[in-house]
Amino acid sequence: MSLASQVSAVVSMNVKSIGQRFWPSVSTALAVALVVVVLLSFLAMANGFQKTMRGAGRDDIAIVLRAGSQAELNSGLTRDQVRLIGEGPGVVRDANGDAVISSELYLIVDGVKRDTGTKANLPLRGIGAAGAGLRDGLKIVEGRMFASGANELLVGRALQREFRGFDVGSTVRFGKTQWTVVGAFETGGTVFESEFWADLPVVQSLFNRGAAVQTVRAKMTSPEAVAQLKAYSDNDPRLKLDVVSENAYFADQASGTTNLIAKLGWPLAIAMAFGAIAGALNTMYSSVASRTREIATLRAIGYGGFPAFVGTLVESLVLAAIGGVIGAAAAFLFFDGLSAATLGASFTQVVFQFALTPALMLNGLILGMVIGLIGGLLPAMRAARIPIVAGLAER
Amino acid sequence: MSDTLIRLAGVEKSFVKGKEKISIFEHLDMTIPRGDFVAIMGPSGSGKTTLLNLLGGIDSPTAGEIQFAGERIDSHSERQLSKWRSDHVGFIFQFYNLMPMLNAAQNVELPLLLKPLSASQRKNNVAAALEVVSLSDRAKHFPREMSGGQQQRVAIARAIVSDPQMLLCDEPTGDLDRTVADEILGVLQLLNRELGKTIVMVTHDPAAARYAKRTLHLDKGKFVEREELAA
Ligand SMILES: Nc1ncnc2c1ncn2[C@@H]1O[C@H](COP(=O)(O)OP(=O)(O)O)[C@@H](O)[C@H]1O
Ligand SMILES: [Mg+2]
Repeated sequence: MSLASQVSAVVSMNVKSIGQRFWPSVSTALAVALVVVVLLSFLAMANGFQKTMRGAGRDDIAIVLRAGSQAELNSGLTRDQVRLIGEGPGVVRDANGDAVISSELYLIVDGVKRDTGTKANLPLRGIGAAGAGLRDGLKIVEGRMFASGANELLVGRALQREFRGFDVGSTVRFGKTQWTVVGAFETGGTVFESEFWADLPVVQSLFNRGAAVQTVRAKMTSPEAVAQLKAYSDNDPRLKLDVVSENAYFADQASGTTNLIAKLGWPLAIAMAFGAIAGALNTMYSSVASRTREIATLRAIGYGGFPAFVGTLVESLVLAAIGGVIGAAAAFLFFDGLSAATLGASFTQVVFQFALTPALMLNGLILGMVIGLIGGLLPAMRAARIPIVAGLAER
Repeated sequence: MSDTLIRLAGVEKSFVKGKEKISIFEHLDMTIPRGDFVAIMGPSGSGKTTLLNLLGGIDSPTAGEIQFAGERIDSHSERQLSKWRSDHVGFIFQFYNLMPMLNAAQNVELPLLLKPLSASQRKNNVAAALEVVSLSDRAKHFPREMSGGQQQRVAIARAIVSDPQMLLCDEPTGDLDRTVADEILGVLQLLNRELGKTIVMVTHDPAAARYAKRTLHLDKGKFVEREELAA
């Protein structure tokens, strides 16, 4: 009981003394805050990007690409292959007995960012008649659907927000082609909102693509039917194709970027954490040095070295916790919901929102406390070992 | 005088600095009776502070015996010494050594946190100690809000709050002007006369030494007669 009251008395003295070294303490807390902000910005980015990509995919839609093409942009399918897919097992048929599939052409066009004025690659997707129906939660939020056979564009809401000149009613030029924006759509924040959509035959003819398509999206009777379609394709020598669920496709596309962001974020934050640890060590050593005579006096009175150890460690942890909370709060204020565009699949822009979750913020706080723990440990050991006689002689 | 409180017998204290051995005391004998008020004078570097540190159990002799109330403390472990100090010794320093972030009452309470006392018992003892040094009205004041003399009185209250038998004072008026020094010395004298505290006080001020019952002169690690020192 005497040890507990000693420790609590010394801890409260340490905490109260933080104000006496106001600026070093503030700079230590801010260094921790900065590390936490950097880490959380990367984690929020990775998380938001992942959410955007994951949300786009359905497990009962099959994406068919040329074998080994990995991304839509590199894929290409022949007219025969498209027909054979339509005849494949597990593909949903409409009232007329036609397969519910959308042949799609995926091109890259230029856009100019609103905030920076820089050029960026944007995806233009020519979709078949069934294409719109294959996107969950599609809502035309302004204007109307493009008319078949017309030079008309539908623009994704996120793309419209980030890039200039795509308001409904405006005319835009891509190379030699001219288009009218007739509507804007949402798909619940998924990656499709970063695209332009137009009628497939129009895109094919204006961009001189003949009858070429890159991918086919097929509505399947069930998620399991995707595997049937794949088996069917594998057994037919005319079909050298990759068949994956849309879900799996986007997860795969996202994982590269997500990993990159997360793998960049942690090392950068940890490298910065070393700097913050050095700062914390410095602050805490100076705290111990400036309190040497006080600690020696307590020891002379009969206090043990352990309370001095705990007091110094807690002081460091308190500074780190303050910094961690400031950092997490700042990250939340600055980044949560922040809209950004980054290179996504096929080097086109994907617009997404940073998403900070409590679990991610906890990561930041833990990193902050680790900085406080490491930065406080050695100074705390020094505090516990201050020799009484020499400490009392200190001025 | 009554019984002996402190006895030093053949105390040696030396430091090894590099290859050299520096002796502060080679063979020191000393007896302090219970209830004594002894002033220790001597030139700077003569070992006065070292002697107080040995008496207070914050330093240990290289050889020899130190007895307190018949009990040898020179062989105590560091942990035992901590406990022994909290029971028997009050320290008073030249620069008061108060905790700047604590108010007067909180500073005085520090030694009581080592004792199995309730919060209300601690509060009573703190109030009583502040009363003795006439600082009851400054209980909530912080060191920076008090004069040097007031701070030293807080330090005295802290030294007596757990009722130790012995007070060790290292130049307690070294940082104070004459009038304030006299007040502080008056308080020490009162503690010695009224409360029976045994006081060992290091000072370089002859006027301060006159408040003590007797004065010992230390020079080059030995007690000397005053005439010898003058010669
Ligand atoms: N830890 C130490 N190591 C070496 N020499 C010391 C140490 N502590 C004190 N001394 C020396 O011992 C002598 C006595 O010191 P001290 O007791 O502080 O003298 P005083 O208080 O009389 O001025 C001084 O010469 C001092 O330099
Ligand atoms: Mg001295």
